[in-house]
Amino acid sequence: MKTMLKAEHVSISYKIGDFKDIGDMLGIIGTNGAGKSTLLKAVIGVMEPRAGKIERNGNISALLELASGFDGDLTVKENAYLRGAMLGYTKEFMDETYEQILDFSELREFEERPFKQLSTGMQSRLAFSIASLVQPEILILDEVLSVGDGAFQEKSAAKMREIINSGASTILVSHSLQQVRELCNKVLWLHRGKQIAFGEMEPICDRYESFLAEKYQNENTQ
Amino acid sequence: MLQRLKQHQFLFGELVKRDFAKKYKRTILGMAWSILSPLMNLLIMWLVFSNLFGNNVNHYVIYLFAGQLVFSYFTDATNLGMTSLVGNAGIFTKVNVPKYLFLFSQNVSSLINFGLTLLIFFAFTAFDGIPFTWKFFLLVYPVVCMIVFNLGLGLILSALFVFFRDMQYLWGILTQLLMWLSAIFYTIDTYSETAQLLFLANPIYLYIRYFRKIVIDGAIPSAGFHLLAAAYALGAFAVGAYMYKKYNHEFLYYV
Repeated sequence: MKTMLKAEHVSISYKIGDFKDIGDMLGIIGTNGAGKSTLLKAVIGVMEPRAGKIERNGNISALLELASGFDGDLTVKENAYLRGAMLGYTKEFMDETYEQILDFSELREFEERPFKQLSTGMQSRLAFSIASLVQPEILILDEVLSVGDGAFQEKSAAKMREIINSGASTILVSHSLQQVRELCNKVLWLHRGKQIAFGEMEPICDRYESFLAEKYQNENTQ
Repeated sequence: MLQRLKQHQFLFGELVKRDFAKKYKRTILGMAWSILSPLMNLLIMWLVFSNLFGNNVNHYVIYLFAGQLVFSYFTDATNLGMTSLVGNAGIFTKVNVPKYLFLFSQNVSSLINFGLTLLIFFAFTAFDGIPFTWKFFLLVYPVVCMIVFNLGLGLILSALFVFFRDMQYLWGILTQLLMWLSAIFYTIDTYSETAQLLFLANPIYLYIRYFRKIVIDGAIPSAGFHLLAAAYALGAFAVGAYMYKKYNHEFLYYV
């Protein structure tokens, strides 16, 4: 299988270990401050690694902290176009898919509303709909699958599977171990900027779970 | 560079639209303000200074307007431009886009304001009995210089503003100082020759002078004058571009 994305010895403000050959669906796990989001920022090119290098072999669509970057004063439609432009879509593509975005996010009746009047869930729905309607080769998701209400969560998970099945490599950052187990086949475990483990999903998730349990116990006995 | 610009043309257009929508949000007069506020300023200056200086200067209203026109474009572009990086931090810390686009789109709305005011300026000159000659077309030159100069200063200021938020206050004071040094409402004819030359060290004054020479004196500035005008513009732009290149990946640690 072709390597879609490769990050070797990448170090940003601290050293992140060595992981390579990311394919399929990679879950990144770790406690707060492990460097998960920082790594993603380096991957999408917002941050420049201080050492090491990142190779990208495909177009990337990234969803980091969904609702940020939207403008509260603009309408849903204006925001959709602005976001599409930011993600590198063309105007023609947006004209074509705008209707689809509206339908998928179920925001048709709010089309001309200022964005700040929308609930947080609706905002995330729009963001997810825009980012997922393109067929990215690499999709990056940072804590985004828990958006919207139950119905939408199911819909977005289905959409995710569809994208994965169409051959995209996906990176998912999540604190929900259950979600990682469900969706990912590979896992990278980071802790305080260092790689603890990288490889098949099952064994690492088990280790991480016992690590969390131990940590929880230590904190409770203190 | 050109290819990258084409690639981001859609984003640029959307940013311009956004800046425009936000600028006049919840105003009743909307875009009319871009014409009204320089006119109000002009009126105030004329009321205050016409008795003091008006008798010695030909076409004092036009003289004043030329100064006001150039200076307000400069302050508008630089003040709005300064916050363009910090104001869009939410975007460029999440998406990889060229950061100068924010400043450029901000400058488009300043430029449109300037263009509208310029039209009124021409209406005033016609009203004041100044004939419209072919020389007026030479004004394209200082306008292009000003666009580049304002963009350059915008790049410098917005980059500095990321690292030192004090710039906002400092720049307020500096523009005040520049306002007094740009001979907007007074003339420097009675000053010594060296003093008059020193005024040319101020780019804003230089651009104002270009406008006045063409419109009021009907004269074409010297070649050296042209060179200096371009040098200021290119110099400012080069410094700004260098700062953006150098600190491109540093900005997000400070916003």
